[in-house]
Order: sequence, then structure tokens, then C-alpha cells
Amino acid sequence: MVTQSLESVLRNHAFLSDLSPEHIQTIISCASNQRFEKDDLIAREGTEADSFYLIRSGTVALQIHRPESGGITLNTLGESDVLGWSWLVPPHRWHFDARVMESTRVIALDGRCLRNKCEQDHELGYHLLKRFSTLIEDRLEATRLQLLDVYGVPAR
Amino acid sequence: MTALDPMAPIPAQVQKIDRENHDTFTLHVAAPGATLPPFQPGQFDMLYVYGTGELPISVSGDPEARFSLTYTVRSVGKATNKLVTSSIGDWIGVRGPFGVGWPMDKARGNDVLLIAGGIGLAPLRPALYHMLRYRSEYGRIVLAYGARGPNDMIYRGELARWKKEPRTQVLSTVDYGGLRWRGNVGVVTTLLTRVRLDPPHTIALICGPEIMMRFAAMELVNRGLPQERIFVSMERNMKCAVGHCGHCQFGPYFVCKDGPVFPYTQIEPWINRHEI
Repeated sequence: MVTQSLESVLRNHAFLSDLSPEHIQTIISCASNQRFEKDDLIAREGTEADSFYLIRSGTVALQIHRPESGGITLNTLGESDVLGWSWLVPPHRWHFDARVMESTRVIALDGRCLRNKCEQDHELGYHLLKRFSTLIEDRLEATRLQLLDVYGVPAR
Repeated sequence: MTALDPMAPIPAQVQKIDRENHDTFTLHVAAPGATLPPFQPGQFDMLYVYGTGELPISVSGDPEARFSLTYTVRSVGKATNKLVTSSIGDWIGVRGPFGVGWPMDKARGNDVLLIAGGIGLAPLRPALYHMLRYRSEYGRIVLAYGARGPNDMIYRGELARWKKEPRTQVLSTVDYGGLRWRGNVGVVTTLLTRVRLDPPHTIALICGPEIMMRFAAMELVNRGLPQERIFVSMERNMKCAVGHCGHCQFGPYFVCKDGPVFPYTQIEPWINRHEI
């Protein structure tokens, strides 16, 4: 098995591509490799959102809990996707549960650490915000399409 | 050899009906004593439901099946409802095949990404059968399939089998998963982040609701796939199937004879025009 360094994984992840080597080095100090197994909860709705995750492999379901019936999946995330932006937006609380559907490898980024780095280096903050804005726009667009029910029978 | 009259249906008999989901069925028909014309993946036939009307339906079976033709039909109106409620032995009329199919020659030697939405998987299935039969002639095959819900998916048994094919990736997702669904949830375009694209050596074939196709094509272009490597299958109100009646006009094209499969470069200037 080929083991990649944290630096090379971060550099090659689509979300951070084109980020300068200096900024990658800054981010590494807030990053760690983590692995989750099926049914693990990476995040729980309402708890402090102190991290976000770059998914390297596996599948994670964003779920909302409904009493008596359990978690309803709103969206699934997989390889190359990013999990979580609540670490960036006060009050830094998770809005959904993030449940592992199959064994998942991630790079976890410490949100508090990264927020401090961004306060010290606004250029890094700007580059990260640009990426998160694109991510949020993509998710919003996908959600709108999901709501459209494009596979329904067209009205006559 | 006398050419077949494109306006004269060949009588064909329903041999078998498979229920795909609550409103979609796959019909297998044969023409005893006659030869059903061969088709190219992506082409369609006009199916005449006697006494009710004629319907353009993509051929969804194996292009090399000699003695039967297969169609997957969703019940959305009077004629389609009568077709899907046929009994074994009922007769229908078949004329065709019509139109331009998938560019299998261009796809040869390349990775092929198929993006299907809902019943849009039906016109892509013959292309998949063809590539799996001539597997060594094609690179990696990736199928990204989206449906409304788990029970709306079609060809469920085959989706599971295709996953086991070598150098083949099958991803599926639904818009609404419900409580027991353990698979992916989200629109089909969200699957594309999980596909390793090699843009200069990939051909994309897309079929599904037009909105889905627009967004899928945009996403592929954003990911570096040249527009000329993207092909979409359009759907319009096809009636005559030979470009005479004009019902299926789409900008300067007739979908029945210039399509239904178009290079994205050809239709991109028209696909976002509200007037068309």
C-alpha cells in the first residue's frame, strides 16, 4: 500500500488544488488523518462544529433526525467531497448529523485552529472563503435541482 | 434489395413484459415471419398502438439480438398506458429505426462516461451492452445513474451485475431516499466529483430530463471535458420520425432525423433558449 504524506494528500485534494505551498504548510498544522467505520457519527446536530473534513474515500450521509423513525438522509458525500462549513459560520454548530455509511478516510481540519490562522493571514482566509463559497453555491444548486423533482411526469 | 417503407409499420407481437417499477415496463416484441430491422444504440422506433396512437420509443435492448426488440416504456398517457398494459401475444406496429444514435465509433478507444436520469437509462443501455460485448475496444466505463427514489430505479438487477464488470464503475443516487435507503442521495451531478476524469480521453453520453442534461453537461465542461466530447439525447414531440411534420423542431434541427443524439456543441447555442 502506498502511503501518501499529509502534504501530498492536501495538495492533491480537489478542494485545495492551486493553493500555494506556503498556505498548504499552514493548513497542515491544523490537519490530521482520520478513519471512521460504518455507522460512526462524525458530527451530531446541535453540537459544536469544531472541524471540517476532506473525504478521501468512503461515503458519509448528512442526516436529520426524526423522532420515532431515526435519521433521514438528505445528501451523501463521497471521495473528493468536503464535509462541513459550520466551523466557519457562527455560532459554529452542526446543523445535521454526519453518519458514516461505509468505512471512510478523511483529512480532518481543526476549525478553531484554522480560524486563528485565517485571522493572522487574511490571504489564506480569502482563498478558503472563495472555495467555501463555491462549495456552498454548488450544494445550493444541487438542492434546488433535487427539489425540482425532474423525474416526475411533466404537467400537461 | 427493396428498402423498407419508413412509414409502414411491421406487425410485431408482445413476447414478454418486465415490470421495472410502478409505472415503467420493458416490452420484448418479435415479428413472426418478418425480420425486425437492426438498430444502432440510441436510435428509436415508432410503436403503433393500434386504434390509439403512435409513440416514439428508444430501443433499449441488445443491438445484436436478432429476433426481438426491447422497449422500456413509462406510462404517462393514453397510448403509453395501453402499451404497458399489453398482454403477451398482443400485436403492435413497429417502424424504424430512426434518427442518429450514440457515437460508438468516436467512443472506441476512450473512457466512456454515461450519465442517465430516470428512464433516460433506457436509450443508454444498448450502448452499454455494445461496449460490454466489445470490452477490449473501450477504456474505463463509468455509469452515473440518478432516479427519483429507490423504487423508481430501472434495471436494478443489471445495475448490480454491471458493477462487477472489470474496469467498470457504476454509481447510483436518488433524489429522495426515504428511511431504509442506504445508498447515495442527491442529484446525479453530485456523483461526478467521485469520477476520475481523463478529459482528453473521455466521451460522455447523457440522457435524462433536459434540465438534468444541461446541468450535467455544464458540470463536465467545468471539469475540463471539451464540449465536443459530450453527447446528449434530446426528447421532443416526435410524430412522423422522418423530418416531414416539424413537430420535433429544435432550433434549426429536427430531433427525429438530426438527433435524438446530438453533439453538445451542436445544441448548446439552443438548449438555454426559452423560446425553443
